[in-house]
Amino acid sequence: MLLTIRSLTKTFPGTKALDAVDFDLAAGEVHALLGENGAGKSTLIKCLTGAYRRDGGAITLEGAGIDPQSTVEAQELGIGTVYQEVNLLPNLTVAQNLMFGREPRRWGLIRNRAMRAQARAMLRDYGLSLDVDRDLGSYSVAIQQIVAIARAVALSGKVLILDEPTASLDAAEVRMVFDVVRGLRARGLGIVFVSHFLDQVFDLSDRVTVLRNGRRVATERTRDLDRVALIEHMLGRELEAATQEPAARRGPRPPMLRFAGMGRRGAVQPFDMQVGQGEVLGLAGLLGSGRTETAELLFGLKPAQTGRARDQGGALDLSTPRAAIAAGFGLAPEDRKTDGIVADLTIRENIVLGLQARRGWARPIARAEQNRLAEDYIRRLDIRTTGREKRVGELSGGNQQKVVLARWLAMNPRFLILDEPTRGIDVGAHAEILRLIHDLTAQGMALLVISSEIDELIAVSDRVIVLRDRRHVAELAGEDIAPARIMQAIAATGPAPAAAAQGAA
Amino acid sequence: MAGLMRRLAPQLVALAALVGLVTAFYPAFLDLSFGGGRLSGPLVDVLKRAAPVALLATGMTLVIATRGIDLSVGAIMAICGAVAATAITAGWGLPAALLLALGAGAAAGLWNGVLVAVLGIQPFVATLILMTMGRGIAQLITEGRIMTFTDAGFAWIGSGTALGLPVPAWLWIATAAAFALVLRRTALGMLVEATGINRRASGLAGVNATVLLVAVYVAAGLCAALAGLVVTADIRGADANNAGLWLELDAILAVVIGGNSLLGGRFSIAASVIGALIIQTITIGIRLAGFPSEYNLIIKAVLVLVILVLQSPRLAPEWQFWRDSLRAARNRPADGKGAAK
Repeated sequence: MLLTIRSLTKTFPGTKALDAVDFDLAAGEVHALLGENGAGKSTLIKCLTGAYRRDGGAITLEGAGIDPQSTVEAQELGIGTVYQEVNLLPNLTVAQNLMFGREPRRWGLIRNRAMRAQARAMLRDYGLSLDVDRDLGSYSVAIQQIVAIARAVALSGKVLILDEPTASLDAAEVRMVFDVVRGLRARGLGIVFVSHFLDQVFDLSDRVTVLRNGRRVATERTRDLDRVALIEHMLGRELEAATQEPAARRGPRPPMLRFAGMGRRGAVQPFDMQVGQGEVLGLAGLLGSGRTETAELLFGLKPAQTGRARDQGGALDLSTPRAAIAAGFGLAPEDRKTDGIVADLTIRENIVLGLQARRGWARPIARAEQNRLAEDYIRRLDIRTTGREKRVGELSGGNQQKVVLARWLAMNPRFLILDEPTRGIDVGAHAEILRLIHDLTAQGMALLVISSEIDELIAVSDRVIVLRDRRHVAELAGEDIAPARIMQAIAATGPAPAAAAQGAA
Repeated sequence: MAGLMRRLAPQLVALAALVGLVTAFYPAFLDLSFGGGRLSGPLVDVLKRAAPVALLATGMTLVIATRGIDLSVGAIMAICGAVAATAITAGWGLPAALLLALGAGAAAGLWNGVLVAVLGIQPFVATLILMTMGRGIAQLITEGRIMTFTDAGFAWIGSGTALGLPVPAWLWIATAAAFALVLRRTALGMLVEATGINRRASGLAGVNATVLLVAVYVAAGLCAALAGLVVTADIRGADANNAGLWLELDAILAVVIGGNSLLGGRFSIAASVIGALIIQTITIGIRLAGFPSEYNLIIKAVLVLVILVLQSPRLAPEWQFWRDSLRAARNRPADGKGAAK
C-alpha cells in the first residue's frame, strides 16, 4: 500500500469528527471517499494534508510514518491536494502559476524562457497545449483545474487528493478532467477522489470508502457495488422512494402569474411564461443557457427591459428584489456563499433577516418570536447544528442551503425561485430538499426550480422549460417530461458547450 | 448582559490597566473633588476631553460596521463649527445656530452616503473628497478668519456643567447611549451588520442596503456635527483650519481599539467609546505623568500598539490556552481522567 491510515481520530469541541477511521490507498488506484455533509470527509483530508493535527492514529506513506504539520510539509512528503475552488492565481500566467515558488533562476532573476519551456513540458504530459503566457483566468474552469492538478502532481507526486474537483464543471469538462486523472493513475499515483456525484464515482473510481458520522462504514471495490447499496451505506437508511418517482402528474392549476415578453439584452431573449398555483416549473439547460439569468430577471436583480408581469390583480412591479419580494416572490440563489448566507450572523438572524427586512427596521421581531421561528425551521428542515446561535459560516454547505431556504419559507412567498437548490449537497440533504419541494406545492406555493440534474427536474416538475443559447426553446409537460425529450431539446441544433470546445486538445 | 460584559472585557481591562499605569506615575490621577456644584479631577477631565473622539467614534462604528470608512468627519466638524459660529455672530440665536450646524452635518453625511451607496465609489476615496474639500468650505464660511463669538449659551455646550459633570461628557454619553439603544431595540443593528457582512445577500433578502448605507453616513455626519459644536463652543471660536484636525484618525483608532473589525459586520458602540476613553487617558496621562512633551506621540503610539497586539486574533488562541490551563489546573483534583485521554 502506498498510503495507510489506521485508527485516525480527531475530536472537536462537542463532536468526534473522526472516530478510529481506517483508510488505505494503493499506487495506481483511484479511491473515492464518500459521505454526507459532516461525515468526516474534509476532516480526514485536512488531517492528511496537515491542515489539522490529528488526535490519534497513524498515517504511513510508503512504509514510513508521517505527521505533516502543514500543507507545505504534506506536499514535500508527496501528498498534493486540488480543491473545488481552484486555488491558483487567475491573474498570473499559466506558466507563472505552474512554476510559482520554484521558478528557474539565474543570479536571483527568473529565467522566463526556461520557465515557459518547463511549463509547456509539464502540460504536454496532460495532452494540453496552452499558451502559457496567457493569464490563467482567461481559460475555462476545467483547464484551470487541470493546471492545478499538474502543479500539485509536480510538487508532490505520490498521492493526489481531489476534493470535489468537478462541482463547477459541465459534462464535457468533467470528461476532460477525468481523462487527466486516468492518465495519472496509469502513471502510478494514488488518487483520493471526493465527490457528491455518484455517477462520477462509478465512472472513475476503483474502490469506494464511505464515511458516516465520523466512522468508516464500508470500503468496497466499485465494481462490486450497486447504486442503491452505496446510497444505503451513505444514508444508513433506505432512500425514500418518493424522491425517485416523477412528480404525481396533477391536473391543470388555477393560473397565478403571467409573464409576457420578458427579456433583457445580453441576458435572456424575451419569453412568455405562465405559472399556476402550487405548480412546479423546471428550468433545464446547460450552464450559460440563460437559466440563472431568467431567475435574476424575474426577481428584479437584473430587471427585464421588455415585457410585463401580471397576476390576477393586475401588473406587477419586478424592478428590484425589494419590489419582487413585495409581489410575493422569493429567490434562493445558486451561489449561496456570496448571494445567500450572511456568514457572520447566527442561524437565527439569517432566518429572520428577510422577514425583518420586509417588516421594516422600526418594527423588530420580538426575540422570543425569532427564537421560535429559528427553532421551528431547524427542526422542520433538519438543520444540523449545536444551536440556533451558531454562526452560519460554520455550518456545512447543505445546512447553509437549508438556512437560506428557511429564510424564504419564513416569508411565505407565493412564488419561490430555487436556483440549483441541491448543488454541492449530500444525498441525505438532497432527498430532504426534494421532499420539501413536494410539501410546499401542496400548500399552494408555486416554484421555479433550476437544476443541472435532469433526474431531479423530472422528479419535481409539473412542466419543464428548456433553455438554449439564452432562449426558452421548449416547454414539456406530462409524459413528455423524460430524459430523452429534455436532452433532445437541449441538444437540438445547439452548439456543443462552449467550454468543451476550448482547449480540449 | 453577560454577553455584553464579555464583549467589553478586553477594552475595560485595557482601560483599567492604563488608569493603573498613569496612577503609578501620577498618584493624584484618581483624585476627585466636588465644589461649586461640579465634580473635578483628572478623570473628569478625561471624560470631558474624550467628547469629540467619542462622538466621532459613535458614528464611525456604524460606518465601519458596513465595511466602510469615513475620513471626512474631521472636516465636517470644521464646517459645522463654522456654520454655528457664523449663525451666532449673525445674531440668529442659539437654536437656529445648532439646527443649522446639525443640518450641515447631515447634508455632508448625505453627500458621502450618496457617493458610496448610490454611485458605488469606494468609501475611502469617496470620503477623502469631502476631507479635502471640507476645510475649504469651512474657510469660505468663516471668510478665512477664526470666527470668535461671545454667546454664553453656546459656550456652555463646550465648557458648562450639568448635574455635576461637564456638558461635553453628558453629550457623548447620551449620544452613544441613544445610538446603541435605537440600534439594538430596533432591527437596525442587525440590518447594518448584515449589510456590512454581505451586502449582496442582504439585498437579495430584501434589505434596503442603499438607504441603510446612506443613513449610516448621515448618522456619522450628525455625530461629527455634535463634535464640531463641542470643539467650537469650547474655544469660543470656529477655526476652519484646525477644528477636528486628524480627529478622524483618532476616531477610527477608537473603533479599532474597541475590537470592531475594519472588515465590517458585528459592532459595539460601547466598546468604541471605551476605545475613545482609552485614547484620551493615554493623552492626558502622558502629560500628567510628566514626560517631556516631545515623547507624547511616541508613547501614545507604543501604548496603542501594545493594546492592539494583545487584542490581535493571532493571540486569541494563546489567551484561550492560558485560560483553559488555569481552569484545568483548578479542576484536576475533581476530574482525574481528563489528562489520561
